[in-house]
Amino acid sequence: MKMSGARMVLECLKREGVDIVFGLPGGAVLPVYDALYDFQGIRHILVRQEAAAGHAAEGYARTTGKVGVCLVTSGPAATNLVTALQDAYMDSIPIVAFTGQVPTHLIGNDAFQEADNVGITRSCTKHNFLVKDGKDLGPIIREAFHIASTGRPGPVHVDLPKDVLVKEWELVWPEKIQLRSYNPTYDGHPGQIKRAAKLLVRARKPVLYVGGGAISSNASAELYELAELTQIPVTQTLMGLGAFPMEHPLSLDMLGMHGSYYANMAVHHSDVLVAVGARFDDRVTGRVDAFAPHAEIVHIDIDPSSISKNIQVHVPIVGDCRRVLQALIEAVRAELRDTTPSLAREARKQWLAEIAAWKANHPLRYEWDDELIKPQYVIQEISNLTRGEAMLVTGVGQHQMWAAQYYKFKHPRRWCTSGGLGTMGYGLPTAMGVAAAYPDRLVVNVDGDGSFVMNSQELATCHDDNLAVKTVVINNGGHGMVRQWQAIIYKGRFCAIDFGPSPDFVKLAEAYGCVGIRATKPSEVVPALEKAFSTPGPVVVDVWVDKWEYVFPMVPAGGANTDMILENPTAVVRDKAAKSQTGF
Amino acid sequence: MQNGSGPRKHTIAVLVENKFGVLSRVAGLFSARGYNIESLSVGETLDPSVSRMTLVVTGDEFVIEQVTKQLHKLIDVIKVSDLTDDDHVERELMLIRVNAEPQHREEILRTADIFRAKVVDVTPVSFTLEATGDEAKLEALVELLRPMGVQELVRTGKVAIARGPKTRVRKAEAPKKARVSDDPKVVGFAD
Ligand SMILES: Cc1ncc(C[n+]2csc(CCOP(=O)(O)OP(=O)(O)O)c2C)c(N)n1
Ligand SMILES: [Mg+2]
Repeated sequence: MKMSGARMVLECLKREGVDIVFGLPGGAVLPVYDALYDFQGIRHILVRQEAAAGHAAEGYARTTGKVGVCLVTSGPAATNLVTALQDAYMDSIPIVAFTGQVPTHLIGNDAFQEADNVGITRSCTKHNFLVKDGKDLGPIIREAFHIASTGRPGPVHVDLPKDVLVKEWELVWPEKIQLRSYNPTYDGHPGQIKRAAKLLVRARKPVLYVGGGAISSNASAELYELAELTQIPVTQTLMGLGAFPMEHPLSLDMLGMHGSYYANMAVHHSDVLVAVGARFDDRVTGRVDAFAPHAEIVHIDIDPSSISKNIQVHVPIVGDCRRVLQALIEAVRAELRDTTPSLAREARKQWLAEIAAWKANHPLRYEWDDELIKPQYVIQEISNLTRGEAMLVTGVGQHQMWAAQYYKFKHPRRWCTSGGLGTMGYGLPTAMGVAAAYPDRLVVNVDGDGSFVMNSQELATCHDDNLAVKTVVINNGGHGMVRQWQAIIYKGRFCAIDFGPSPDFVKLAEAYGCVGIRATKPSEVVPALEKAFSTPGPVVVDVWVDKWEYVFPMVPAGGANTDMILENPTAVVRDKAAKSQTGF
Repeated sequence: MQNGSGPRKHTIAVLVENKFGVLSRVAGLFSARGYNIESLSVGETLDPSVSRMTLVVTGDEFVIEQVTKQLHKLIDVIKVSDLTDDDHVERELMLIRVNAEPQHREEILRTADIFRAKVVDVTPVSFTLEATGDEAKLEALVELLRPMGVQELVRTGKVAIARGPKTRVRKAEAPKKARVSDDPKVVGFAD
């Protein structure tokens, strides 16, 4: 079948099962847009800035489990996309990004809107391709989707020179993809799994530490089964939230820098720590030599390079989390048949009691105020009103951490946040991608007044394409997270954090044709949220909160996880914190 | 990561797809993670779709383990082998142009002969020698020639090959990427 390269791109996308493309046109990709004019079966959503196309693809991918797709032009559009690519790379989100490129004979000539696209994206993608010949187009697109969605998922970039798009080619579509240089390992090593099972059964103080890999591999059911079978408590990373229901008695909520007291204490005192699709990120471990110092560590991960990168582990298991957990459950059952480690069983009871005491003595808490809205309260009410069932997206900052702490997650694939890169501006466009994938579900974007304006132009996209994102701006008049660090670690020398106040978020929403609602007193929070959630279409709720509220617990960067600051610190604690400011 | 053995030189052979951009992927990996490449040489193998790189990298056990794993992670990398502790042969080629004053000409030729170096260019004022060998031999040659005045020197970087029946490059059939979980040396744990 002969067709233009541009049409071939669309034809290949359709064969890959793509139903939505997020994009923005321009010179070099105009042939694709021309082909899109009368192409059936693919919905194109026109964003207002290219990074938003990338984030929207991330939101789509994270919640559906399918590959997200974006399409932008050459030069400045490709460079705009870079932030989203690096974001997807760090959080292992499968997207395929297409960029236009100047015609092949002009590459390297500093032509109009030329940039070395593949050179620029090489370090922020799992893999990238420059298509130099139309006969490679089909196979490359097939490989791009294959690479993005298999193994440890990630972004793949395909650069499309204009002449390749214009010329007619014979479509080459390989039925199967076989790459001699890329064969991810899915099944764990049986010997290692057996060793892990022995440890799990004999451990006295075990903890499961679950990350984003449990979400990407759809391992929630297996995780639940393993936790119940072995009665091992579960803590989740920022990326893992939703993998295990937070209302479950075995849930320890999140761990790490802003993790719960009981999660950090449990990990610290554990004798066996089982990491499932998590990568021992510095925001999780704190000072590495003080992280889980007594534990034998089992690490299940599909990416061998994640294993023993930051922390040396004792039982490495390379494989898909879901498949490894399935095998591990079997191995644990076999182990339990052969032996009855009664000592361990007794110890396990004591361990759960110890944890219950930590939970009772140090729950997540904040002070109520009748006049000022506490940001934590807003999240609690969002959680209550949506019964933990909403699709939840965030910006980056304090509000993000409060969302992670106070929202009672029930299900996987309903939570999108920028974990590895911490990209302000991630919220609205990502929520847009989620809303496009799930038009019938409630999509809530908990955003910061700083983060939101980094991509608030996307309200226009939400309006035009009827993407009913409910944005709740936790408005603390500035960069709250930076204010917190300056207060606690930089001795209150506040610098470059306060906003005017500008903009007026209600008017901003209205300017884009969306609905704007404001809440300034605690009593207004629930009515405002109820109204927002029941109003059709995109809504912005501007919630004025207490700007002097900080996220606790807090482990100062580079500190040990047991050195948590639990409440607004005294001068002594501030002094101590000021001494450890590595990493910010 | 701490502890483990101290840093030393490793010779790593990498089979890669012979495609454009592969060299920059490998080089980019090293710069992005702050590892230093001491030498790098690339050439086609018997199978023209596969190139072989020989890298010399200094690092302790953990750095080398990460380097190996990160190389594996690149999509275009087919196989990575650390030759350091296996029985292998290493060679490097050097071209060196030295001053050839009349009183030194004899001595230069004698030295070249001892080191089995070839004279590949002669002018009234210089000799250009071609020498191959391992690092120590080439260093020794340079030291002996230094007093005569070395004008210019260029080295290819090391290439290395395993001895005996374990040849690393096969012709038609493509080598499969080793499973890390199967390889106690990479992961650091035998079952
Ligand atoms: C693109 C980008 N620039 C800067 C930062 C550094 N940073 C982290 S949190 C933060 C403040 C965020 O402010 P806001 O969105 O209002 O959230 P808040 O902390 O106030 O809830 C800043 C500036 C970042 N993470 N991303
Ligand atoms: Mg703010």
